[in-house]
Amino acid sequence: MTTLLEVKQLASQRAGRVLFSQLSFTLAAGEVLHVEGENGAGKSTLLRSLVGLVQLRSGTIQFFPDHNEHAEDWRQYTLFMGHKAAVKAELTALENVRLQAQLGGVNDVDAWQLLEHVGLLGLEDLPAGQLSAGQQRRIALTRLWYSKAPLWILDEPFTSLDTRGIQLLQQRFAEHTAAGGAIIMTSHQPLTWQSAQLQHLRIEGGEL
Amino acid sequence: MWRWLHPYAKPEVVYHLLGRWLPWVAGAAALILGGGLVWGILFAPADYQQGDSYRIIFIHVPAAMFSMSVYVGLAITALIGRVWQLKMADWALAAIAPVGAVFTFIALFTGAVWGKPMWGTWWEWDARLTSQLILLFLYIGVLALYHAFSDNRTGAKAAGILALVGVINIPIIRYSVEWWNTLHQGATLTVFERPPMANSMLFPLLTCILGFAFLAAALIFHRMRNEILRQELHRPWVKAELGETSKQTEAV
Amino acid sequence: MKPASNWQALRTVMQRDLMVVMRRRSDVLNPLLFVLMVVSLFPLAVGPGPDILGRMAAGVIWVAALLSALLGSERLFREDFLDGTLEQLTLQPQPLALLSFAKIMVHWLLSGLPLVILAPLCALLLKLPLEGWLALIATLAVGTPILSAVTAIGAALTVSLGRGGALLSLLLLPLFIPLLIFATGAVEAALVGTDAWPQVLLLAGLSLLTLLLAPFAVAASIRVSVH
Repeated sequence: MTTLLEVKQLASQRAGRVLFSQLSFTLAAGEVLHVEGENGAGKSTLLRSLVGLVQLRSGTIQFFPDHNEHAEDWRQYTLFMGHKAAVKAELTALENVRLQAQLGGVNDVDAWQLLEHVGLLGLEDLPAGQLSAGQQRRIALTRLWYSKAPLWILDEPFTSLDTRGIQLLQQRFAEHTAAGGAIIMTSHQPLTWQSAQLQHLRIEGGEL
Repeated sequence: MWRWLHPYAKPEVVYHLLGRWLPWVAGAAALILGGGLVWGILFAPADYQQGDSYRIIFIHVPAAMFSMSVYVGLAITALIGRVWQLKMADWALAAIAPVGAVFTFIALFTGAVWGKPMWGTWWEWDARLTSQLILLFLYIGVLALYHAFSDNRTGAKAAGILALVGVINIPIIRYSVEWWNTLHQGATLTVFERPPMANSMLFPLLTCILGFAFLAAALIFHRMRNEILRQELHRPWVKAELGETSKQTEAV
Repeated sequence: MKPASNWQALRTVMQRDLMVVMRRRSDVLNPLLFVLMVVSLFPLAVGPGPDILGRMAAGVIWVAALLSALLGSERLFREDFLDGTLEQLTLQPQPLALLSFAKIMVHWLLSGLPLVILAPLCALLLKLPLEGWLALIATLAVGTPILSAVTAIGAALTVSLGRGGALLSLLLLPLFIPLLIFATGAVEAALVGTDAWPQVLLLAGLSLLTLLLAPFAVAASIRVSVH
């Protein structure tokens, strides 16, 4: 099975406090890694440090070790979504989806269908700023339906989503892993969907 | 390069290294600068045009010289921090910048004091003074940015970028200010076009310049040591270090 | 799978920024109105005599331009930082410096270019003699890109601080000094009948250099700020 991500001896600290150290794991195609831990344990820091948004104290991160071309252009084959939706409040849902796709290099995206898929049809002409947090989140999540990146790194993807939205998303996760993708995610909700290859990683954090 | 630098990238090693050098550098600064100032102020002959007021150059000129070099040093440190991601370089930034700012301020202040007997005014929009004033602004910008961040690491990185942008700008600023000065030539500043300085004045001046170099080094070393302690406060070696010193003082 | 080409990413970022700003016109209009206000305050403060006004005109207009650049600097990155767009930009496969360049260009199109267009009105209000008009417009045309590029550096450095304003002026105004000197020098040269073009060309050169280097500084600053 191809490995998508190999992490060795990761250590991070914030404000003099060690969040985690000697953290090692690998992620293979088809796997889901559920990062767990209390508030402030360093879950987000871990995810952000994987994509270089937080500087690490030590450790190595190897993207796509079996795939040299991918390893160099890992940004292109990795999809990261943080707490913030990266949705422009001034633009409509439709415009947001289209521009997001264009930036991702997908020009033939059917924005209408995507919006229908995430249940935003009928709201497409409103500025995103007038939508609820959950609806804005859905706009951002449309990326998951056209992205061809094999590795997804998702920080609290279920935040502000309703039960139906969560179900929809988990369904999409199942499709993704079945197609050979892999996911690292944090979530406070226990995952209701049981992936065959669900791994758990618990971060305790907090030691000096 | 990295192999050579690596042992020096450990805070503990740098702390002790600086600690070993500091007394020598500080001693040299006190000796040379003290000697130079006494020589310049008490023994050098008075100037035939300016009398005794010229003696301020023994402080003014070295301070002005090093105000600029320290900024360049600051930028080089910032560059090292960026290229090698060295946290020590980030800390050094915080140690160096205030020293440069103070030197710049001394240069400006002594310049103004000197300006009073020379031009009859505290402030003249002369090219050098203006450049010096802008340099002070640049220092203030770097310091303000550094302190604006609650996280020192981010502050140092941001301030480092600003220092690099500033150092690219300095030649342009100098050139523009000189050009502007010739355009708006107000006061006649012939005082600067004097015959070369007599040796009896030049030697004490050179001594003072050397003394200021050691002074700058001593101040930076001392600040760097403090910075290292501050940043590594939770590390065992710092606790051991501080514990030892407090025990020693108790014993005394 | 192919990522967006550099050109496409540049265009998309510009397009998005332009669309956003078009929905928030006041962000663009207010700094321009500020320039007009400052310009109309001066005759009231120093008297409407053409001698004094005409001599000060270029300086007043340029200082107003510098200050308005600071005023309008927030919209460069603030919203993007808050809504997460900025961190997504750093994760694009395209060079971040290129995307920063796109943002600088949009900022110039909406704050620098309008100033160039507004220049004759300001010149009129301040009774700038006719000989100086061309030089004023030329310096604004080649000088305002420097304003946008350097402002972008400062804005990117301070975007995570939340209270940029006064700090930003401390950082940026010293860097604007050469621009101010050469620009007003050019107009003055035109007024006394000597050749203003050397200064304008010099400014154009500085402008190119700044546009070439600033995107890298902006990119580095963004990476520091999203951390």
